[in-house]
Formats: sequence, C-alpha cells, structure tokens
Amino acid sequence: MRKITRQDMINAVEAMIIDANVNLDLKMVIKLKLAMEKETSLIAKSVIAEILENQDIARDENIPMCQDTGVAVFFVEIGNEVFLDFNVEDAINEAVRNAYKRGYLRKSVVKHPLDRVNTLDNTPAIIHIEQTMNDYVTIKMAAKGAGSENMSAMKMLTPSEGRQGIIDFVLKTIKDAGGRACPPIIVGLGIGGNFEKVTEIAKSAIFRDLDDHSLNEVDRLLEEELLVKINELGVGPMGLRGETTCIAVKVNSYPCHIASLPVAVNIQCHAARHKEVVLKGDIL
Amino acid sequence: MKNITLPILQEVRESLRSGDQLLLSGYLYTGRDAAHKLMVESIIKNDPLPFPIDGESIYYTGPTPPKPGQVIGACGPTSSYRMDVYSIPLMEKGLKVMIGKGPRGNEFLEVLKKTKSVYLVTTGGIGALLSKRVLKMEMIAYPHLQSEAIYRLLVKDFPVIVAYDSIGNDLFGGME
Repeated sequence: MRKITRQDMINAVEAMIIDANVNLDLKMVIKLKLAMEKETSLIAKSVIAEILENQDIARDENIPMCQDTGVAVFFVEIGNEVFLDFNVEDAINEAVRNAYKRGYLRKSVVKHPLDRVNTLDNTPAIIHIEQTMNDYVTIKMAAKGAGSENMSAMKMLTPSEGRQGIIDFVLKTIKDAGGRACPPIIVGLGIGGNFEKVTEIAKSAIFRDLDDHSLNEVDRLLEEELLVKINELGVGPMGLRGETTCIAVKVNSYPCHIASLPVAVNIQCHAARHKEVVLKGDIL
Repeated sequence: MKNITLPILQEVRESLRSGDQLLLSGYLYTGRDAAHKLMVESIIKNDPLPFPIDGESIYYTGPTPPKPGQVIGACGPTSSYRMDVYSIPLMEKGLKVMIGKGPRGNEFLEVLKKTKSVYLVTTGGIGALLSKRVLKMEMIAYPHLQSEAIYRLLVKDFPVIVAYDSIGNDLFGGME
C-alpha cells in the first residue's frame, strides 16, 4: 500500500497543466516537419512553418502556444493499492485554479451555458476517474480548446450501416469542420458502447501516444484507412487546402447493444496539449 | 508578402485578392463573441458603438493574460463563423476588415461583397508568434469581459492571408 498526499497531487497537476500549454509534444513537432516537406502548396507550407515557429517561441519564452488554453480534461487511473485521504476531484480543481492563474493561462469557462458568466479560475475541470490494479496513480491531462471541440460530433448509426457508415460519418464531420478545427488535426474515433460511453472513448483516444496503433486488428485497419481518406479530402492546414489534414487517427471501440452502432468523432487541433504523470507516493 | 497599413484605404482594400499574403501594420480592434453581441445590441438600441467603426478592422481574439514584461499574451485567432450573425450589421455600419480563422457562411459573404469588405485569416494556434507582432495594447470597452473585452492593438508585420476579397473570391474554394 502506498499513500499520495493531496499537496503532491496538486503540485504535479499544476506543473503538468503549465507544461502542456507551453511545450508541444516533440512527436507532433516531428510529424509536422515531415508534413511541411510533403506539402506542395506554398500557403500550406507557410502555415505549417508558422505553427513550427510558434511552438519554438512558446518553448523558448515559456508562454502558452495558443490563447485558447482550453478546458482542462483529465483521465485519472487510481490503483487499488493506493491510499488517498482526500477528494481527487477537489484536488485537481484546486490545481487547475492555481495553474491557470500562475501560468498566465486564459480562463475560458463560464458558470452556466446560457447566462455565460466567467468562473474566473477555469474551473470546473472535466474529470474521468477509473480504478486499476496497481500501486500508483496515473493522471492524463489535456488543455482542450473549443475550436476543434466545437467541430466534434456523435451519431447513433444502425448496425446495418456498419464500417462504411462509420467512414462516411467521419469524412463528413472532418470536411464540414474544414479550417475551423485548426487542421492538421488528430482524430479520436469512438465506436460502440452507448450514448455517453462512445464520446468518452473518443475523447480518451486523443490521449493515446501519437505513434501507437490499436491492438485490435479491426480498429487498426480502420485507423489506417481513415488517415488516408481524410487526407484525400484536401482540406489542408487551416482549411486552406493541401495534403495534410490529419496527422493521426486513433480508434477506440467498446461492446454495444445488438441494435446499436454509436459513433463519436472527437477532433484535436494541431496544438495537441497533452501530458501524463505517474504518482507513486510513499510506502505506507 | 505585401506590406499593408491599417486602417486599409479603400483602393488598397479593393485591390486585394484572395490568396494574397499580407503583413499588417497599424491599429486594429479586438472583439469576439461576447463583445460582438454587446455591439449589436448597441446598434439595435441606436446607442453609439464603443469606437468609430467606419473603415476599421476587427480581429477575433481573446488573448491570455500578459506575463510581467509582455505587451500581450498569446493572441491567435478564434473561429470566425460564430461572429457571422453579428458581422452583418457591423459591416452595414462601416466595418471593412475582419480577421479570424476558418470559413464563413453564404449570407456573410453576400454582405461582404455588397459592402466591399474583406475577410482575412491568420493561422490558428500560433498565439505565441503573433504576440511578438503586437507593440501596444489598450483597453477600449467592456472591461468586465476580461479577455473578451475590446482592445485596441498596435501591430507590426502581423501575418495574414486574404480569404475572401471584396469581390467575393473564396480561398477555401467553397469548402466549408
């Protein structure tokens, strides 16, 4: 049994939020560089060059790469052999409050969707918690901006629509999003589950390592085919047309009802701000 | 790359063509969802707008708070389509230049052509880079909106691309 203190969790989460907003994943940087070399359009090339220059400036000067520092989204995995004597959601929200203030990040959350008064501290975060059989806690965090989130979509397909129905829905979603989703994008695709599960697994898909592939053969083939087909749309960087619309497709699937085929597309913009931290605490 | 002074003179504005890459220098105003809503409410009530809008430029951004020593925080563009419904009455009041990201609706494009306005785009997600092109930032209106308030910015070599020119050419090629 191990124990993690509330303060240790707050410190770790606070640091990861600021880090995510400032330092773009180097795997993404490499993929963008390769994409720039492949582009033939001058505008597409110059857009990717700006994105690359921007992340250099953010890193060098320790400032956020994008003004939309997002809603903070967390997936927390708590090991069964970890003792926590505090409320995890409260601790994470406190870390969000601290990080958005100390990191000079934008507060982008309103209290109610209709009266739209800013909470002024970017809380509440969106937090998903699950239990694992481990002696540590893993916290994955994303600063999820609204540009790409607003272009995400879900649909309840019928089983007869099948694989082709999924492909058509994804392509339509990406084409309709065009430049608004800030391509080059990462696509998180959820298939199966039910109405709420499918959106959750689509969201968790964009947290996956940029270079990984689904271990499920059916999902992996879908990832490969969709990546090619999305790029064939020609939407291009910032929707100004070109070869690079999508950097990676991640498919997560889940069992579902005999009558259902839920599908959800969660879009992640090129400023893919994700971090992961493992907390081990002390032996109790 | 063409160097262009803000506010953009009519003859220069009408000579711009979709796909032109520009470096803007001069003054522009910021504004996004909440400020646009308030400005249009002023028009409906026949109240004055918070700044003289005739021939002016609005940039759709809500910057991060500046760190000590910074003029402005990260200040990239937000998606423009959400402003379509508000841009129409503002163009009818004389607004000529809008800067944001992404495609816009047909109704917007029709009024843009009629009023010989232009819609420029800059790259989304490059807020750190763009913060270096802002020399001065001054609060103009709606301070309670915080990052969504209207600010007047002095920019230098601010990189944009002409998306919709004043005769309605569309760089997105109708790809919404």
